[in-house]
Amino acid sequence: MADKIATREAYGAALAEFGADPNLVVLDADLSKSTKTDTFKKKYPERFFNIGIAEGNMMSVAAGIASCGKTVFASTFAIFAALRACEQIRNSICYPKLNVKIGATHAGISVGEDGASHQAVEDVGVMRSIPNMTVLSPSDGPSTRLAVKAAIEHQGPVYLRLGRLAVPVIYNDAMLKDFSLGKGILLRDGKDLTIAATGLMVHEAIKAADMLAAEGVSARVLDFHTLKPIDRDLIIQAARETGRIVTAEEHNMYGGLGSAVAEILAENYPVPVRMVAIRDQFGKSGKPDRLIERYKLTAQSIVDNARMLLAAGRD
Amino acid sequence: MKTRSSYSILNSIAITLFTSNCKGVVKMPRNELIDLARKATLIRKHIIEETFCAASGHPGGSLSCTDILTALYFREMRVNPANPSWKDRDRFVLSKGHCAPALYATLAEKGFFPAEDLTGFRSIDSYLEGHPNMTYVPGVDMSTGSLGQGISAAVGMAMAGKMDEKDYRVYAILGDGELEEGQVWEALMCAAHYKLDNLMAFLDHNGLQIDGKITDVMSPEPVADKFRAFGWKVILIDGHDYGQILGAIAEAKSGSGQPVMAVCSTVKGKGVSFMEHQAGWHGTAPNKEQRDQAHAELDAFLKAMEDEDNG
Repeated sequence: MADKIATREAYGAALAEFGADPNLVVLDADLSKSTKTDTFKKKYPERFFNIGIAEGNMMSVAAGIASCGKTVFASTFAIFAALRACEQIRNSICYPKLNVKIGATHAGISVGEDGASHQAVEDVGVMRSIPNMTVLSPSDGPSTRLAVKAAIEHQGPVYLRLGRLAVPVIYNDAMLKDFSLGKGILLRDGKDLTIAATGLMVHEAIKAADMLAAEGVSARVLDFHTLKPIDRDLIIQAARETGRIVTAEEHNMYGGLGSAVAEILAENYPVPVRMVAIRDQFGKSGKPDRLIERYKLTAQSIVDNARMLLAAGRD
Repeated sequence: MKTRSSYSILNSIAITLFTSNCKGVVKMPRNELIDLARKATLIRKHIIEETFCAASGHPGGSLSCTDILTALYFREMRVNPANPSWKDRDRFVLSKGHCAPALYATLAEKGFFPAEDLTGFRSIDSYLEGHPNMTYVPGVDMSTGSLGQGISAAVGMAMAGKMDEKDYRVYAILGDGELEEGQVWEALMCAAHYKLDNLMAFLDHNGLQIDGKITDVMSPEPVADKFRAFGWKVILIDGHDYGQILGAIAEAKSGSGQPVMAVCSTVKGKGVSFMEHQAGWHGTAPNKEQRDQAHAELDAFLKAMEDEDNG
């Protein structure tokens, strides 16, 4: 797990890798060097279009291109995609269920120094609530590559949540052979509790499971690279078999993975849940690692919450 | 405000309200002009019936863009009602999506779906949504209704056409109130940047929006100068004169390397005397009495055309 790569890097590389498909078109809003769509642009300039700093227009233009039978990736930062261009995504793309994939990079506080204005902490909640939308949030480079492939193969809108920060590689090819949109991945089995994680928190979840193992606690680790449709069966099974769940995500505590898990459990198999998430605050400027510490998006925080659940269970 | 009786037959055929800069007004045999005027009148009658049956909807702006739609669908556009998703078809986007009654009526008259279905407009068991929906309605090329987004989608279609080296053309109708949406200008900038001369938009310049005159609410004027500044070729026409509409379309097809905006001087509520020039008819449906009166006026016009045909 020594290698590190940002999911946005893996995204750009995957677009270039799968870009031979003449039906694939990529749009960007003046951020192609940051979103890494420039990797595609260099290889297939005739199918790359810079729409300029006009995200709302980009989403509706993408819809128009997709209506002519093409698969369109539209990229910008998560904050400008999911929040600024939210209504264009809703009305131009999701309502007519057009084949537009939104490559939303720089999600979460790990954006770092740019600060709160550029750190989307609400995007999953917003995107998840739009009918016809699929929401992906891969945890590392190799799974991002497969998320891009799955997005291309899926007919309809996809929101792909990606990060700026280089994150450890978790998966090898063998581990991903069953990668499937809508299915979570069992990374580690366990019987005392489940840690359900997404995005860069998956790596923290694995570390937390190691820390808990040292205390004699057996923690199951699940990677939810698909936040919508969420893997309902995997959540219910975890609740049934481990009795308690800690969710972990780099997103506000409302609307993200924690909410999605709680929604499934409330209707099907209620068990105690604790959410490691941003506590309904905006981010701020700083080094990404320092911010992650400050907002308690760490393995230690997962362990602390796991202990709370285990202690409650002993009452 | 009652105005001149707009349904003297000459009104929709020959009266030029202002000086157009259209290079070649298309001259048609009189019987062909009458055919178009008759079709437009049938569409107007549908608009009245749709909004009356729904007891809601937007008759004013639907009536103002009817002649543009008629010219496009019955004289110009390459479409096949038997194959609505034909890849090589010309595309049309009603960016002012609230004028769905006009689009639906046009599509029904063109044969995309039965005209009887129009009376289901806006009702729960109908596929005719209050605003155009491409998923359910044959012939609708883009779902619209949220202002400003349709013109961007039309830009995307034109880009796809260029990419694929297809010769289809893309048409859009914009409302003049719609110009207050910033996205319109993002789209116009984009179209000029990518030299989309396969794209033509019509501004339905009737001067009125829900809350009153566009110049009182939030003036987008001077629109022609703004379009030119955004890199579009601008043609000024009377949006109720088929010769001018078709002349502008012919001029736009000459492929100048620029997208083309036909600024169409129109009358909101056109064809129904008590609806003309009235902002109040933007989003109000006629009651039974008003509907009957509207039909009587439109029927009288149809009759006049029939007499003219026979004479």
